[in-house]
Amino acid sequence: MTAYTPILVLGAIAALFAVGSVAMAPLTGPKRYNRAKLDRYESGIEPSPLPEGGGKVSIRYFIIAMLFIVFDIEIIFLYPFAVAFDALGWFGLIEMFIFMLTVFIAYAYVWRRGGLEWD
Amino acid sequence: MGIEEKLPSGVLLSTVEGLAGYMRKASFWPATFGLACCAIEMMTFGAPRFDSSRFGMEVFRPSPRQADLMIVAGRVSNKMAPVLRQIYDQMAGPKYVLAMGVCASSGGMFNNYAIVQGVDHVVPVDMYLPGCPPRPEMLIDAILKLHDQIQHEKLGSNRLAQIKEEEKVALLATPTSAMKGLMR
Repeated sequence: MTAYTPILVLGAIAALFAVGSVAMAPLTGPKRYNRAKLDRYESGIEPSPLPEGGGKVSIRYFIIAMLFIVFDIEIIFLYPFAVAFDALGWFGLIEMFIFMLTVFIAYAYVWRRGGLEWD
Repeated sequence: MGIEEKLPSGVLLSTVEGLAGYMRKASFWPATFGLACCAIEMMTFGAPRFDSSRFGMEVFRPSPRQADLMIVAGRVSNKMAPVLRQIYDQMAGPKYVLAMGVCASSGGMFNNYAIVQGVDHVVPVDMYLPGCPPRPEMLIDAILKLHDQIQHEKLGSNRLAQIKEEEKVALLATPTSAMKGLMR
């Protein structure tokens, strides 16, 4: 442990310097605010106004998010199977196909009901 | 002679103002405001032959919030003047302005209704660099003189006293309109 002490002390000094500089800056620095400094940068022109209430997000993203969760969980179940499939043999393969069939039924439902259409 | 003689070797003494001045000038990131022909000379200044990297200035920040020095290189038209002011306002202090070329210093050869006759009508300028365009060696000379000015800048209340001194000297100096010079 004594062999690593200089490195650890150096690391501690460096971390202290970084944190200390960032902490000292608002305490010791002058505060010269102007309106443009706090505003957004848009290459020197007045930035275009943001939409009222922070802007609306289209509801279509909700469907996308739900479908992502469902199929992502399926993929998470497929990863360990892919790693250990040679030890699981025929039984594992048939089992996995039944699992993928159930998720495929959900996928077919979404596809035919128009859930994958953007407009 | 002083206390430095009695210290063990490897220990240096300095002042806080000296250290702050050194740190400000040693990594002095420029924000380009390259508008016209002077921008070519500024690009050459960043290129290998007249290396700006040896002064710590190789990275020309496009964002004003990360820049220390605004090099106004070229003619500023009346349409561009509010953009110039907005970029200057968005820089974080300590900030300096270098008017590169005669068009930025005084309107240059364009004595008309479209070009701002000197960017000091819009932003406070720390260094004027004449030339049409100034060679990169002249730009280096201006930047080194600006480094010198920054190194000797004081902090806090000493800075306010220094500003008062400079203002007194400037108020008593002959105005440009009274300098007859060569154009008699």
